[in-house]
Amino acid sequence: MLLTNFERLFDPFLDFYEFPRRFRGRRPDFPPYNVWLSDDKAIITTELPGITPSDIDLSVVGKVVTLKGERKADELKEGESYHRRERWYGRFNKSIELPYNIESNGVKATFQKGILTIELPRAEAEKPKKIEIKTE
Amino acid sequence: MKDTSQELQKKEAETPAGIERTRDEKYYLPAVDIIEKSDSIVVVADVPGCDEKAVDITLEKNVLTINGLVSEGRIEGMRLALNEYGVGNYQRQFTLSDEIDREGIQAKVKNGVLTVILPKSSTAKTRKIAVVSE
Repeated sequence: MLLTNFERLFDPFLDFYEFPRRFRGRRPDFPPYNVWLSDDKAIITTELPGITPSDIDLSVVGKVVTLKGERKADELKEGESYHRRERWYGRFNKSIELPYNIESNGVKATFQKGILTIELPRAEAEKPKKIEIKTE
Repeated sequence: MKDTSQELQKKEAETPAGIERTRDEKYYLPAVDIIEKSDSIVVVADVPGCDEKAVDITLEKNVLTINGLVSEGRIEGMRLALNEYGVGNYQRQFTLSDEIDREGIQAKVKNGVLTVILPKSSTAKTRKIAVVSE
């Protein structure tokens, strides 16, 4: 989509709607994310079954959220063997750029039932302001 | 890390041709590891979104069925802007051999991982047939 700076001036939410377009046709890196957006925050959810929360390293800089971690393979003892081995294991390191700056002090992350949920509030200075219209 | 192209896509569970499910929800096949130990067979399945209350395991005849119900992932008042994985229930079935001690089956769920321990029956453990020469 081609847009002039002039058009951009009138749609402050443009980045917001363009966000999913950036990922179209791309194979997601591990782990897959679902990203939810509203005017004042973003929520990222990702499935990391079997990982201990202390093994997850989450960092936020500006608009970018980075998640690092590892799921170790189970060690087999002697005499044990696999019939099937489908579950993934290994290290991961994934960054994602959100459409707006993040208030890093307000970031909350919870890990429940193997799902990591990261709540990322939008930087206060960037939140859309509601302007009251007065009648004279 | 292993090849991730397959692992990223959750596989949907199939139903026999022409038969539909009553619930209009997605069902995925959980990824599993099956480990044979000297005294048991251990099934480990990734079921993120399930706790011990949401997982149901049944053994009918020789078929072990794992069912996991996951509540809808929708977040009120927010728009799903990027969707890299699907959220749905889990279902998978395995045919077991006769040598499982049905009474001793144990299952637990921790951090979205289900572990089912299927102990081998004592007859199976010791069944060793002596071959004699004539």
